[in-house]
Amino acid sequence: MDFLEEPIPGVGTYDDFNTIDWVREKSRDRDRHREITNKSKESTWALIHSVSDAFSGWLLMLLIGLLSGSLAGLIDISAHWMTDLKEGICTGGFWFNHEHCCWNSEHVTFEERDKCPEWNSWSQLIISTDEGAFAYIVNYFMYVLWALLFAFLAVSLVKVFAPYACGSGIPEIKTILSGFIIRGYLGKWTLVIKTITLVLAVSSGLSLGKEGPLVHVACCCGNILCHCFNKYRKNEAKRREVLSAAAAAGVSVAFGAPIGGVLFSLEEVSYYFPLKTLWRSFFAALVAAFTLRSINPFGNSRLVLFYVEFHTPWHLFELVPFILLGIFGGLWGALFIRTNIAWCRKRKTTQLGKYPVIEVLVVTAITAILAFPNEYTRMSTSELISELFNDCGLLDSSKLCDYENRFNTSKGGELPDRPAGVGVYSAMWQLALTLILKIVITIFTFGMKIPSGLFIPSMAVGAIAGRLLGVGMEQLAYYHQEWTVFNSWCSQGADCITPGLYAMVGAAACLGGVTRMTVSLVVIMFELTGGLEYIVPLMAAAMTSKWVADALGREGIYDAHIRLNGYPFLEAKEEFAHKTLAMDVMKPRRNDPLLTVLTQDSMTVEDVETIISETTYSGFPVVVSRESQRLVGFVLRRDLIISIENARKKQDGVVSTSIIYFTEHSPPLPPYTPPTLKLRNILDLSPFTVTDLTPMEIVVDIFRKLGLRQCLVTHNGRLLGIITKKDVLKHIAQMANQDPDSILFN
Amino acid sequence: MATLWGGLLRLGSLLSLSCLALSVLLLAQLSDAAKNFEDVRCKCICPPYKENSGHIYNKNISQKDCDCLHVVEPMPVRGPDVEAYCLRCECKYEERSSVTIKVTIIIYLSILGLLLLYMVYLTLVEPILKRRLFGHAQLIQSDDDIGDHQPFANAHDVLARSRSRANVLNKVEYAQQRWKLQVQEQRKSVFDRHVVLS
Repeated sequence: MDFLEEPIPGVGTYDDFNTIDWVREKSRDRDRHREITNKSKESTWALIHSVSDAFSGWLLMLLIGLLSGSLAGLIDISAHWMTDLKEGICTGGFWFNHEHCCWNSEHVTFEERDKCPEWNSWSQLIISTDEGAFAYIVNYFMYVLWALLFAFLAVSLVKVFAPYACGSGIPEIKTILSGFIIRGYLGKWTLVIKTITLVLAVSSGLSLGKEGPLVHVACCCGNILCHCFNKYRKNEAKRREVLSAAAAAGVSVAFGAPIGGVLFSLEEVSYYFPLKTLWRSFFAALVAAFTLRSINPFGNSRLVLFYVEFHTPWHLFELVPFILLGIFGGLWGALFIRTNIAWCRKRKTTQLGKYPVIEVLVVTAITAILAFPNEYTRMSTSELISELFNDCGLLDSSKLCDYENRFNTSKGGELPDRPAGVGVYSAMWQLALTLILKIVITIFTFGMKIPSGLFIPSMAVGAIAGRLLGVGMEQLAYYHQEWTVFNSWCSQGADCITPGLYAMVGAAACLGGVTRMTVSLVVIMFELTGGLEYIVPLMAAAMTSKWVADALGREGIYDAHIRLNGYPFLEAKEEFAHKTLAMDVMKPRRNDPLLTVLTQDSMTVEDVETIISETTYSGFPVVVSRESQRLVGFVLRRDLIISIENARKKQDGVVSTSIIYFTEHSPPLPPYTPPTLKLRNILDLSPFTVTDLTPMEIVVDIFRKLGLRQCLVTHNGRLLGIITKKDVLKHIAQMANQDPDSILFN
Repeated sequence: MATLWGGLLRLGSLLSLSCLALSVLLLAQLSDAAKNFEDVRCKCICPPYKENSGHIYNKNISQKDCDCLHVVEPMPVRGPDVEAYCLRCECKYEERSSVTIKVTIIIYLSILGLLLLYMVYLTLVEPILKRRLFGHAQLIQSDDDIGDHQPFANAHDVLARSRSRANVLNKVEYAQQRWKLQVQEQRKSVFDRHVVLS
């Protein structure tokens, strides 16, 4: 009897922590599309339905862009305000941060651009004075107190409401986009908690950034909005296309770089990136950037705090220090990955992992106590990067721009190289201390149980190193103009070296060394600068840092975290270079019991239920009979369970001794046997097979290109064994001399 | 019945999201239109020149008048020096929206406050209330391992969702219970077993 033509709810869905079947999802989408196209010729309503179905993708992208842009604006404005809350409060409206409080003030002077009477620091509010040692201690104390409060709130909110909101999010999103299911990771609560606690974490002065978590926030928006459209809600493969586009929108609002965002999604995050997704990702990224621009979080129509505005040319001999910066970036990247992974492994395996709240508080306390005395660590990291990228002119009065102005005229606004004043030397010392602090503390901060990103701290490390080198080169050029190098390229009184450019190149080098991004990094950096002038230095530094870092360690930080967590992620970029065959990898191995199969029409419900309860396999091959072992198809465990449960409840007469059959027609049976159960509609009639002598490199290629979960192995036409994705991953790990038992999920 | 509910819910959420999107756009437009008089300024920075020290001048002025001659008052130098002085000054027109900032911060603080209140309620108040209402017996609930190794547990879950419940309050209670179980599972994966996100 088969009257159940419509699918039972639940058949075709996946368990948590399982991989999806890409082939099945894609073919289901093609079936749905074909049905809609065929029906559209029947009536006007069906035609409208088909047009709206085609449009739904674009509408979804528009909504994702709007929501991501608004959330990014909320995060930017709130983080900007809360960071300054540690130092004081604005009496002319508590919602203004320091810069906006003094915006309209008449009392701002050229030397002291920060001071205005409307902005009161905590010592001014508590003991009504700002001078003296006691005021300093009060400010110090309040700073540390606020930092601890913010960090405590962040970690408790994460722990109580959404434990999945911690960390950066990019390794898990990479895994999800490759076909893995983590239920709740992109849900509503995770979105809300991640947004709120990201602001708290950034404001507490910890050495972390908000770019990685913004990608997670954007993907959550994408996932939540998918539920409004049937086409994307029911199909896991289509949903992952939307998530790729959402990730592009996330990076676009983080850096104000739509093209860089699309390339980042293509290079780093996505697994399959069809051409249709490229155009739609670009659309989503543009809408998000446009929304953020209209909210105008930084008050000058810029999307990022550290936009670069100078256009001074660079010289060919400067390629040498740029390559040096690239080497530094590569070295730092390899060092950071190694130490961070070691620390995270310690957190995972020892007692340290049992006290997440205390760990966050201790790290925050150490960071705040060490950061307050040095003005460059006290300011937020984005502001630090912005100041380092800035090219000094006559109008700047910060310590870093304290040059001695010994010249008569300034032609056309261009300043020649000048000797450094006292301020610059003391700034150099402070920056060197900042560099050491940031290098050390970021290792312990990334991976804690609060939302933490990595882009801004790496850029800060690179920018500091670059600026130090730049100022050094500038002074070298000034004091040794007779050297041939400087003589041939720099004329007397010309603006030869731009330290701001060195800071930018250093930032790109360090970011590239840690994440191993190539194209997306260069495009993001050149969108930040607004021009093609600096593409050659950026590319030189990015390539050098990637090569140096690759020589020291194989993977970027996100791949290393994927490996640490044991996610079943099949790396798409590496070649499999060993000469093993399919029969070396397939299960069952020589001494194991035979493969668990189901026959096509001779098993009872009770037999199947016994097999299901005794084994933990996620699917079973179906053969014609145990003697012939000729393959019919493949059936998934979850579908079997749901169908049998449903049949026991709804179909009358189905008992434990009923025969289950997968063929088109019921097998001939003697009379007075209980009614049979047809399960042909859950059987996959086209499973992928390889022969046992197929080289493993072809098998790995098939798994990668088609997104398979399992592949059956035949010998002379008879079913011999099965290779699952987990087996492939374990085999790759074994070949690379890593621990094959670290692959955890099925 | 359940599918109709689900369909209506989805339509409702789509409509509300479109409304939210429109309101965001309107807010952006409003912030353009309702330009507070104080939210517009022309900022001129003039470096030190001869005996005059550096100075910053602010004025609420329109964009076409944003230059040295209109903004710098009183002019510290006179006669032919004015041009040389003004050449060194840099004037920039800047705009901000204090309404957007105020609204955003207030929205953020209210959401944060609500979450903190709910957190206090969940961790402190609810156990006390439950103990008073139901006695000690009820506290030994299904707090143990729901592990995903039970073969038929997920199937029950999936089929149960398709059953419709008449009582709205029951539905809310049921949804909250399910959410709590989910969070507990997540907490176990992340904090105890260190399986995800280490």
